[in-house]
Amino acid sequence: MAKNVLMDSETIDRTIVRITSEILEKNKGAKDLVIIGIRTRGVHVAERIANRINKLEKIEPPMGTLDITLYRDDLRRKTEWPKVEKTEIPFSVEDKEVILVDDVIYTGRTTRAALEEIMDFGRPSSIQLATIVDRGHRELPIQPDYVGIKVDTLSSEKIRVHLEETDGKDEVIVLQG
Amino acid sequence: MTFERKHILGLEELSAEEITLILDTAESMKEVSTRDVKKVPALRGVTVCNLFYEPSTRTRSSFEIAEKRLSADVLNFTLSHSSVSKGETLLDTARNLEAMGASVIVIRHPMSGSPWLLARELDSSIINAGDGSHEHPSQALLDLFTIREIKGKIKGLKVVIVGDILHSRVARSNIWGLSKLGAEVRVVGPPTLIPQYIESAKAKTFYNLEEAIEGADVIIMLRIQMERQESVYFPSLREYSRFYGLTREKLIGAHKDVTVMHPGPINRGIELSSDIADDASSVILDQVSNGIAVRMAMFYLVASAGRNQ
Repeated sequence: MAKNVLMDSETIDRTIVRITSEILEKNKGAKDLVIIGIRTRGVHVAERIANRINKLEKIEPPMGTLDITLYRDDLRRKTEWPKVEKTEIPFSVEDKEVILVDDVIYTGRTTRAALEEIMDFGRPSSIQLATIVDRGHRELPIQPDYVGIKVDTLSSEKIRVHLEETDGKDEVIVLQG
Repeated sequence: MTFERKHILGLEELSAEEITLILDTAESMKEVSTRDVKKVPALRGVTVCNLFYEPSTRTRSSFEIAEKRLSADVLNFTLSHSSVSKGETLLDTARNLEAMGASVIVIRHPMSGSPWLLARELDSSIINAGDGSHEHPSQALLDLFTIREIKGKIKGLKVVIVGDILHSRVARSNIWGLSKLGAEVRVVGPPTLIPQYIESAKAKTFYNLEEAIEGADVIIMLRIQMERQESVYFPSLREYSRFYGLTREKLIGAHKDVTVMHPGPINRGIELSSDIADDASSVILDQVSNGIAVRMAMFYLVASAGRNQ
């Protein structure tokens, strides 16, 4: 399988710095921000954004973790149901600016599930989406607010965001199917 | 691992890995009950029927809440106002429910083995909510879940089950589950209420309560089922209580952090002295709320495996 490196570790670092600055600019600081990462890799990207916010604003934004398994729209079609991991949102989202973080946005279905799940925790004043990669092919009317890199891909290609926390190395690669 | 069973009938047939997967899934499910909106859409469009041939408000309510938290449609069928009283057989009733669209049937029945009959004859997933004096898997799973939550593990623990082992499906399921997960299981009660073959199920038998709870980490008290005491297994309740009721003095030999559990409802002053019952009440309430999470996990796993067959 041919492999193409889209981003290396330095590029990923810079991207997170830029995304964080955009978040702070748009929300005029970090006062009402909460960060929620979608399992698995979105959680680590979310942690990095939260650390960066802490560095810049001296505020530790509340961090949550979302497992969207119970909200998937393809459960009824899947032959093998994924293992349910824990959702942990140990704070109120009521009237907060929620920054929802994932590694890749593709069809938009994961985001849809995540939006629905967050709403079950309360009524935030807004939900904004940040992703490292936007690879197109949306099937729902959902767009990210903060994007690391936008790439045109074929449906047959696979985009993999590898992070040190889970894969031992930071890089974004394209695999030709 | 993935769960490949369409039914959950008893702990005797589950492997340690399967039991652990149910407990892990329950841990994720527990969080749902702490939310503003206590409901997730996972089982939308699935109809679950609770078919109860024995009165049980507690277990049935727990199953019903679990079903509703997963967004399933719920159909309740209880003995008093169903066609059972009109002479219909179990299988005919269940087939009717299936024709109404139920794809999961939760059954409680006084005859041991009846859930297996339904599992063999129907297309639906079957969950055993207690069959005769045979198995009560959801109760044992929630006990295991609660023990794991409090002690951080199950392997190596000394667990004592006290009381009417003979008639208790909770005891049977717990013995299977605990021994599979590596606990040392002891049972204690009057000789007339301990079945003969129990040693083969990997439980050590005692007839003296103090000896049995020596060094115990967990004590599971069984309810004396007044409704089953029509034939005489012990001379009097007072005598039973004197020998097998748990009091502060009898607890001295147990581990200092011993956890006392009870499936409820408690007969205060009989199985547990009132002060022990008060101490144990927080654990007993934990057991109740854990029961919902465990049952949600059972539904999720069974519904997922049911799709493949």
